[in-house]
Amino acid sequence: MAGLVIDEKKCVLCGLCAKQCPFQAMQIINGKVEINAACKMCRLCLKNCPKQAIFEQKDDVTVLDKSEWKDILVYVEHTDGKIHPVTIELIGKALELAKVIHQKVRCLMIGSEIVEAADSLLDYGVHSVEVYDNPQLRYFRSDNYTEVFEDCILHLKPTVVLVGATVSGRSLAPRVAARFQTGLTADCTVLEMRENTDLVQIRPAFGGNIMAQILNTNHRPQFATVRYKVMDPAMKQDRVGEIHLCSIEDKKLCSKIGICKVEPKVQQKNISDADVLIAIGRGVKDEKTIQLLEKLAQILHGEIACSRPLVESGRYSVDRQIGLSGRTVKPKLIMTFGISGAIQFTAGMKGAEKIIAVNLDENAPIFELAHVAVVADVSEFVQKMIEEVEGKNRV
Amino acid sequence: MNIVVCIKQVPATQKVNVDPVTGVLKRDGVETKLNPYDCYAMETALHIQKKTKAKIHVITMGPNSAVDVLKEGFSLGAEEGWLLTDRKFAGADVLATSYAIASGIRQIKDVDLIICGKQTTDGDTAQVGPEIAEVLNIPHISWVQELVDVDDKGLTVRQDLSELDMIATLPYPCLITVEKGIFQPNLPSYRKKKAAKDYPIHFLTADQCEGLDQKRIGLSGSPTQVERIFTPEHDVKTMKLEGTGSEMARQVVKLLRDEKILEAGE
Repeated sequence: MAGLVIDEKKCVLCGLCAKQCPFQAMQIINGKVEINAACKMCRLCLKNCPKQAIFEQKDDVTVLDKSEWKDILVYVEHTDGKIHPVTIELIGKALELAKVIHQKVRCLMIGSEIVEAADSLLDYGVHSVEVYDNPQLRYFRSDNYTEVFEDCILHLKPTVVLVGATVSGRSLAPRVAARFQTGLTADCTVLEMRENTDLVQIRPAFGGNIMAQILNTNHRPQFATVRYKVMDPAMKQDRVGEIHLCSIEDKKLCSKIGICKVEPKVQQKNISDADVLIAIGRGVKDEKTIQLLEKLAQILHGEIACSRPLVESGRYSVDRQIGLSGRTVKPKLIMTFGISGAIQFTAGMKGAEKIIAVNLDENAPIFELAHVAVVADVSEFVQKMIEEVEGKNRV
Repeated sequence: MNIVVCIKQVPATQKVNVDPVTGVLKRDGVETKLNPYDCYAMETALHIQKKTKAKIHVITMGPNSAVDVLKEGFSLGAEEGWLLTDRKFAGADVLATSYAIASGIRQIKDVDLIICGKQTTDGDTAQVGPEIAEVLNIPHISWVQELVDVDDKGLTVRQDLSELDMIATLPYPCLITVEKGIFQPNLPSYRKKKAAKDYPIHFLTADQCEGLDQKRIGLSGSPTQVERIFTPEHDVKTMKLEGTGSEMARQVVKLLRDEKILEAGE
């Protein structure tokens, strides 16, 4: 079994590893250091053991022939042929990654009556769009779509598969990755390609201010999901690709999920599409201040957004939440009020063009990524700002 | 009928820092709590139990101390607990975790329904639920927003598909992950907790899971490796405003006008 092993001859039971382990995965039990199931393999104990008594035991594994897997496959997210913009962002990133390894970008589109929409993707310079067009596939059902995805991967053997971290993408990608018993990294914020085709995947981790760099070196495909508005969209370019119409046996499309009714959702204003956002956090305590901030949002033609505490308190719906458990935004301007700036939150907004942060605590991490830092009482400051704007109106 | 709710013990605080000298991750305190999204999964199980007389199990993977989170599950209405605990499970990524939990669920007889919260607050991946469903080869629906109907054959649920709302049926055995807000969770009940002191908790090591392939758990079963962890660097030049509240407000408003976010007339 692979894992961390303690060399009992060297270990002096100093307890440093147990004390330092961020996951409480190391304990001294009956005069021995034991590692439990909480271990995340961060290897800090290994690095910091003063006696070098901890080492990593590796399995003998068959080394994968990476050359058998090539090209980057982008999953096309759409609703009845209307392509979700995250797809164009993924194509943009995929083209960049493919260039490093001199390979191609292909798309997979699943649905019904979608050939025309699929064709429009060729404008972005992808090499092919694999189209599975079948009335059975009109609506997303995880089991049917997994069968199709599997079929496509088996005949293309892509080294990387990119999926938008949308509601259906986050339901489908894990299922397909598990079918191939390969790795999947969720919500990547940075993707880089190494010349040996290993994909460097970076994402916020452990719920804190930490980024993890993740690799999947001995399995293919390498699956990653990316949220909307994290990568830059592809530009239109010369068409070089073609449409491949693919089919799958009917017997594979026998979903156990029965569709009773499908309705277009009443579209609420989406904070991801707003140019200006006023984001409210835990530091805003009273309803009166919230109302002032709502007024400020109106003046700036912006939308209200918030961090997790205001959703947990029930003040705002999750649609307005920025962050890993909410949405990712990339507005022209975001003003944050009473938000300290945990990575949970900042991962969802650091792409904003201009960040103005208002917070009472001058050591709040939000100030490290803000372009303009205002150390002030939120309530008083927003009042002054509104007075300032309205005052100028009267002149 | 048996329902299994997958739960997880997560750090009570989100504050984690890396010591710049030693590279050691530091959390403020070591307190843990039940992943808040799992409360909605528990509440959904209770609603289904009312109509089907199902028995609710809770399962988790972690150190021995994760037994506390199973007890918390009891105080929310579960009647039997399963803890996958073994150093062989250590270092598991999403795939190995899902496989281990699926193997644990296989030890429970006649499971019809598995319910997960939408995601955890420490990992935030939302991947383990669908991967468990794939390992068990059963259908799943993620992000269930409403339980429309339930009987002894299956569920009817409303699912958010971003631009569409879909109402769909799902026969047992199946897995769902539920959105926050599907039901209002009840607070842990002292009465239930007291009654729970005799509820069985099964400790499962890898060897005790029948049919489990040891190559697919822990570090060995994890295709992904964390190559390094680091604190993000900020290359943003921050302009810190000085002066009284009014002066700073004036500077911000001027800046908004300069950036044409506020029209000159506004």
